[in-house]
Amino acid sequence: MKALELQGLEVAYGAVRALKGVSLEVYPGEVVTLLGANGAGKSTTLRAISGLVRPRAGSISFMGEPLTRLSPVQIVRRGIAHCPEGRRVFAGLSVHENLLLGASGRRDRGIGEDIQRMFGLFPILLERRNQAAGTLSGGEQQMLALARALMSRPKLLLLDEPSLGLAPLVVRSIFGTLKALKAAGTTILLVEQNVNLALELADRAYVLRTGQVALEGQAKELQGDERVARAYLGGAA
Amino acid sequence: MSDLEYVLQQLINALSIGSLYALVAVGLSIIFSLLRLTNFAHGDMMMVGAFATLFAQLAGLGFLPAVGVGILVSALAGVIIERVAYRPVRGAPDVTMLLTSVALTYILENLGILLFSSSPRNFPLPDWMNHLYSFADGRITFNNINLLTLGVTLLALLFLNWFVRRTQVGLGMRAAAEDLTAAHLVGLDVNRVIVVAFVLASAFAGVAGVLWAAQAGVVEPQMGFTPLLKAFVAAIIGGFGSIPGAIVGGFVLGALEVLIQSLPGDWGLSPYRDALVFALLIAFLLFRPGGILGVRQEVKL
Ligand SMILES: Nc1ncnc2c1ncn2[C@@H]1O[C@H](COP(=O)(O)OP(=O)(O)OP(=O)(O)O)[C@@H](O)[C@H]1O
Ligand SMILES: [Mg+2]
Repeated sequence: MKALELQGLEVAYGAVRALKGVSLEVYPGEVVTLLGANGAGKSTTLRAISGLVRPRAGSISFMGEPLTRLSPVQIVRRGIAHCPEGRRVFAGLSVHENLLLGASGRRDRGIGEDIQRMFGLFPILLERRNQAAGTLSGGEQQMLALARALMSRPKLLLLDEPSLGLAPLVVRSIFGTLKALKAAGTTILLVEQNVNLALELADRAYVLRTGQVALEGQAKELQGDERVARAYLGGAA
Repeated sequence: MSDLEYVLQQLINALSIGSLYALVAVGLSIIFSLLRLTNFAHGDMMMVGAFATLFAQLAGLGFLPAVGVGILVSALAGVIIERVAYRPVRGAPDVTMLLTSVALTYILENLGILLFSSSPRNFPLPDWMNHLYSFADGRITFNNINLLTLGVTLLALLFLNWFVRRTQVGLGMRAAAEDLTAAHLVGLDVNRVIVVAFVLASAFAGVAGVLWAAQAGVVEPQMGFTPLLKAFVAAIIGGFGSIPGAIVGGFVLGALEVLIQSLPGDWGLSPYRDALVFALLIAFLLFRPGGILGVRQEVKL
């Protein structure tokens, strides 16, 4: 069964047509990356999946069930976590509180245990436990955003530009974590500007251009493929 | 009258009126922090609370149980206005929400006039409420209404502080106030958080309405108008959207008003008290929109 399937997805912001019929799929255990230039519609695609924007047409289904009518809260409870562009940690709240909020949709008893797990995954967060999230460095905030998303125990993780604005060394470390998550079987839809890193990590890739899929294929095959660069520049795919 | 006694008396007056402003202002600020909405109907929750208390007393309840009913009814009214008026326009442009809020005030006040007529009604109080304490040969006086106003406000604010810091819904309120989109993304039940915020804010307004009516001795449909405007000024002074700011702003405004009132008569300023207060509002909006505590947040009306 497909974990996620988008068919003919169209999204508009007022008169701006951000997505003009996007179809893509993600299988369980897969890492799929969504590439494309600024304004191509990558974030919009993720926003539509997590229910922040309502599609004008097309369908989204998750584990075989339609998502299009559900609220963001219901979508999180179905098992989709969205780690947004720009991290969006709750700057005035402590690291610990941010992690607790990541489990907002959960009612089980394992939350405390999972917080410990996150501290195991990102030891720096344990050190910063009671510090306001806004005082963390960019890299630490990205780790927190990732850990917060994982706190919902997602079946599918949506990641929007986790490398944005970070130093190369920090980016390496974040991608190391993503590799570990992948090895553990996490299903990921990754939006990235860093094409090389993304294609290295992913199984498959889609390249968006002005709201449409311009190119898709196995990540390995697209590595070094000049069609990717051309899709970015806006030429023919 | 010695200087010290005079200052003490003015301090009592300032604390008494300031705590009322603070009580109303925190509710305005909580709602604003979540929805970027200036809830003008907040003042009408005072009216609802006071009238409900009045009618509960007329129906035979004792004063304190009647106040309990009043607070419950105003909390319920808050839930209703959120559901019926504000939820449908949530996420709409700020102007739409503002107009909804203004329209709602008109509707509620006219409904009040229709139901209760516009003439003030006597607000019955038990004798102990008016019990007067007198010190220094009557140069310092206050009554149980003053004491109760201050005491109840302090209790309410302590409760709010505990709620916001120590409960799960409180954590959700702080998160949603910071970043509503991110709150949605982590799976927070934002609707529930907002409903709880309206319950708290409106219950506080209900309490303030009863205390206001007790001080004035009467209730009337438009009784919420002046305190709402004052609370709005207080919230702006403190930094709109900030709970500590609203509290500080409330007391600062109370102190300022008492100060203006007590200026020498030949300065001729005291008749212009309210005008001065609103001049202060404009000054803050222009020169210090973050309030005295410097909350970094633009104020949209
Ligand atoms: N809130 C909005 N209102 C109006 N237009 C928007 C809004 N958000 C995005 N857009 C427009 O929709 C298009 C797609 O934007 P989107 O954010 O999805 O791009 P992106 O691929 O994520 O770009 P980036 O790499 O810069 O993050 C762009 O043309 C953008 O200007
Ligand atoms: Mg984007």
